[in-house]
Amino acid sequence: MKIVLEHLTKKFPSRNKKSRGEVIAVNDFTFEIPDGKLVGLLGPSGCGKSTTLNLISGLLAPTEGKIFFGGDEVTKLPPENRGVGLVFQNYALYPHLTVLKNIMFPLENLRGAAKLSKEEMTKRAFEAAKLVQIEELMDRKPKELSGGQQQRVAIARALVKMPRVLLLDEPLSNLDARLRLQTREEIRRIQHQTQITTVFVTHDQDEAMSISDLIVVMRDGLIQQIGAPQEVYDNPVNLFVAKFLGTPPINVFSGRVEKGMLFIGQDAVLAVPGVPEGKVNIGIRPEGFIPREDGPLTCSFLRLEVMGRDMSIISENKYCESSVRAIINAEKMDFHTGIIHFALKPQKVFLFREEDGARIFLP
Amino acid sequence: MEKQNKKAWLYLLPAFLFLAVFMIYPLIDVLVYSVEEGYNSASQTFFGVGGYNYSYVLHDPYFLQALKNTFLLVIITVPLSTALALLISVGLSSIRALRDLLQTIYFLPYVTNTLAVGLVFMILFKKTAYSDGLINLLLHWFGSPSIDFIEGPYWAKMFVLCFYTIWVVLPFKILILTSALASVNQDYYNAARVDGTRRGRIFWRITLPMISPMIFYLVITGFIGAFKAYNDAVALFGTNLNAAGMNTIVGYVYDMLYGDSGGYPSYASAAAILLFVIVLTITCINLLVSKKHVHY
Repeated sequence: MKIVLEHLTKKFPSRNKKSRGEVIAVNDFTFEIPDGKLVGLLGPSGCGKSTTLNLISGLLAPTEGKIFFGGDEVTKLPPENRGVGLVFQNYALYPHLTVLKNIMFPLENLRGAAKLSKEEMTKRAFEAAKLVQIEELMDRKPKELSGGQQQRVAIARALVKMPRVLLLDEPLSNLDARLRLQTREEIRRIQHQTQITTVFVTHDQDEAMSISDLIVVMRDGLIQQIGAPQEVYDNPVNLFVAKFLGTPPINVFSGRVEKGMLFIGQDAVLAVPGVPEGKVNIGIRPEGFIPREDGPLTCSFLRLEVMGRDMSIISENKYCESSVRAIINAEKMDFHTGIIHFALKPQKVFLFREEDGARIFLP
Repeated sequence: MEKQNKKAWLYLLPAFLFLAVFMIYPLIDVLVYSVEEGYNSASQTFFGVGGYNYSYVLHDPYFLQALKNTFLLVIITVPLSTALALLISVGLSSIRALRDLLQTIYFLPYVTNTLAVGLVFMILFKKTAYSDGLINLLLHWFGSPSIDFIEGPYWAKMFVLCFYTIWVVLPFKILILTSALASVNQDYYNAARVDGTRRGRIFWRITLPMISPMIFYLVITGFIGAFKAYNDAVALFGTNLNAAGMNTIVGYVYDMLYGDSGGYPSYASAAAILLFVIVLTITCINLLVSKKHVHY
């Protein structure tokens, strides 16, 4: 099921009764989620990603704009008629019901022609449970389950009514680090197996990058960039996106362009023909540095962090807004303390306008 | 370790002494009184030990009347007031306009003096030489003959007593239930909504189990409170409750001690022990039932 959002806007009245202002949680959101894809809505807290999810689910009504599922407009439909499965951040499992009863709950609501017999419901519940691999837990109460198991029950409950769209609100945020890795693979697998169009919300860029077919980066209710994870990482449209994606984060320098050369302080680091002269912000990915005796960028060495496969050289440059982190292969151990020189990989260096952070593309 | 222990006991001593003097000793004393036959409070002597006091109390028509009144009161007011409180709380939590005002109004009886409320009820219900009372005035409009609620037939008096009791206990129950309802996580309702759950089903299958511990608490305390009813009856019918036929068990205990026909601590103690046994039994039954229906 393809989901289309057209000029979707949601305004909330301001909490402060005295000021008449309103908060625009989602601002003119237009975008299409292709059928059968896993899409991550990514952004810092308060950027409107959960609001977007709730608009798709129908729990919130948009102030303006339209939502389509496939060819049908669903903007005015109540949530129960949209055919969505929603997994809540805290799972919202009914604590007084067993796992089986929890999963069956949506089926028991069906009426009329869709009404199912008790056996049919149990069968469907077990099918959903099998999909998320919790068949042996059916008689337990939610509080007797671990966080990861509760998460699976919540997904099974969302899937049991065979929704057209699966929505997950911060699905991994309540899990510990190890379980998070495991569960995100699990979500990917379930999505592949069911081929249900899935939208999930996260503030964790790792999570979004690792399992999404498509990520939507949001900030203050506005879409910043939409694209495949690697594409967004390799080609951020502005400084915000560049900073938000990638661990360790991108290094940001202030510099200038003079006569087709890019300068950081006095170091002419890269040839950038055709870029208008003036001050710029420069983003350099940690993997974009090559330590080399004759490299143009000069930093003073601070320390080394070894992380097994590769290591980080932490150094200092007064034009960088934090310390400079360069990731290099751990086998290259021959570096020197004191002053360190780097050459740069051009495809890992991005220029941004100083005023608004918009990307300056090389002509 | 030994020293620590002594210290702990020392800290516990004030509370322990207080409990011993004002709770444990009287409890034991009541039990002792209740089995001393022919106790004379002037000479502090008694003839023997046995169950005569109990037998007397159980054959006393006044006690049986009090027992009947108390049971009727409990059976009528506890379920009715709890259900009514639940209804009002659900109503209150689903409206937004006027909620604060209505909450205040519903809470007013709680901060009003019982006897003052009793007086107001007298004015509403009592038939005097000059007036039939406000309620009778209303009854006349509907073409019904006037009824003397305070000194008239038994059912009318029982009705007023139950009405009064429910009205007095309602505010506290509403207060507890509205806060219980407010503490149910909104996500449960959202989840139910996305799954297309009908409102009635949401109430029975989600809301009610979620607030069941609070309902259970109200039922237990409601039972105990209603069994101990006394001042409500006094407020409505005056101190001579036996004459009015509206005595309660606690009222009977009081009358046996200090009433006009009083001065029998043994009978009073026996009645008090009987009340204790009844309350204990009912509470145990409640606990057993709750195991199945209350979800913590």
